[in-house]
Amino acid sequence: MSAPILDVKGLEAWYGPARALRGVDFEVEDGGVTAVLGANGAGKTTILRALSGLIRRSGDIRFRGRPIGALATEDVARLGVAHVPDGRGTFTDLTVEENLRLGAYVRSDRQGVREDFDRVFGFFPRLKERRRQQAGTLSGGEQQMLAIARALLMRPHLLMLDEPSFGLAPLVVAEIFRVLGEINRNEGVSLLIVEQNASLALDLADRAVLIETGRVALSGPSQAIRADDAVRRAYLGY
Amino acid sequence: MGEFLHQLASGVALGGVYAIMALALVMIYQATQLINFAQGEMAMFSTYFAWKLIDLGEPYWLAFFATVLVSFIGGVVIERLIVRPFANAPVLASVIVFIGLSLIFNALAGWLYGYSVQSFDSPFTGKPWFGAGYMSAHESGSIVVTLAVLALVYAFFRFTPLGLAMRAAAQNPVSSRLVGVRVGWMLAIGWGLAAAIGSIAGMMAAPIVYLDPNMMGGVLLYAFAGAVLGGIDNPFGAAVGGFAVGVLGNLIGAYLVGDEVKLSVALAIIIAVLVWRPSGLFGRRLVARV
Repeated sequence: MSAPILDVKGLEAWYGPARALRGVDFEVEDGGVTAVLGANGAGKTTILRALSGLIRRSGDIRFRGRPIGALATEDVARLGVAHVPDGRGTFTDLTVEENLRLGAYVRSDRQGVREDFDRVFGFFPRLKERRRQQAGTLSGGEQQMLAIARALLMRPHLLMLDEPSFGLAPLVVAEIFRVLGEINRNEGVSLLIVEQNASLALDLADRAVLIETGRVALSGPSQAIRADDAVRRAYLGY
Repeated sequence: MGEFLHQLASGVALGGVYAIMALALVMIYQATQLINFAQGEMAMFSTYFAWKLIDLGEPYWLAFFATVLVSFIGGVVIERLIVRPFANAPVLASVIVFIGLSLIFNALAGWLYGYSVQSFDSPFTGKPWFGAGYMSAHESGSIVVTLAVLALVYAFFRFTPLGLAMRAAAQNPVSSRLVGVRVGWMLAIGWGLAAAIGSIAGMMAAPIVYLDPNMMGGVLLYAFAGAVLGGIDNPFGAAVGGFAVGVLGNLIGAYLVGDEVKLSVALAIIIAVLVWRPSGLFGRRLVARV
């Protein structure tokens, strides 16, 4: 088994003086998909924010073997960690195309960027139709697609998504998860997905971590998590 | 009629200076929601720098571009050393810092160059390029320079990756950092650009208002009126507002109230806009849900 692309040990994070994570361990396999599950307020979003350096954190975070726990947000991003934040982080006053160009901001390979534009327009044809439109006028689903497309233009090794299904119609959610699966399988991009919709996330993931009040309550292969009685009752609802 | 056209033309020329000064204010406002009250004194100080270079015998345009470059660097350094530590401070603390900066530059200019009024030559001599009979050569040249600055600034923000990143950083700093934009530097570059275009405003204003440490006080007030009139969050509006205030100020000064109280026209415009249309002519109306 190859080394994990993301290896997190003893992750703690704070909002001001309040500690929100209390020693979280998990990993994302290279080319794998890890789902982070848990109730509202458990600390799922906090994990992604801590990994990106948006809040104060400590612990041993290794990305492709390299410690990133002390890096600034922009430097984590520049290493190839794309973070699709909750609320989608749309640049609402800019056009769709400008949003996408920002995804490729740190890249200098013009040819590759052009190919990646075509690639993401292939995944999400609707973005191509609306490329000149102001991004704030897009629907929620389109903004989620835009956020994922923007992240893909970074050519990331690891794509972190914060509740990509939040507030979207089931058909749109299905489309987005189909694309995420394709990106993972065909392009080898590893995924770390925070989701409320546990069953959806477990379908895609090979590993899962269950977070309860800032701690890991359970972790393991997603099949084992799915089979766990407590998870089934509390998060899958059957 | 000739007199009217003359007043109109010189209003447009002065308005150009207000327009780029207003643009400098808006650039910093968009990124920080703060008005840099030191913008005028920074521009004044830059103008003295240009004056010194010309005095030492350097050709005008060399002095001009050297001043723009030095002002840019100066703006970046000021942001990094003086403004940055107050990034998370309350608004009033930042305002005090800006007022302090403006006093420092004012005193520094007086100390280095004296308080006596100096003349500042225009690079545009001979016949005006257009509007002959109604405007001076300097006024026509100044209009061309301000339009060129506006076009360049527009092209920079519209068409370059750095300009796009600066707009993004001003709008959504968190998302910008998540795609690798160094937001802190974008702010510093914004200060540099504002200082650079402010220096051009100073150098275009100096042949008209003459050079002394207080030369930009009135200009900044008009520029602020222009920015408020056009919409403080809209660079295009601020530029239009600057021109409008230049023309209005000149006409009202000449025909209604006289030159002595001309400056209060700027204040009257600010108050009128804030009362009747707080977001300005082109500004976005902000509605907050409570």
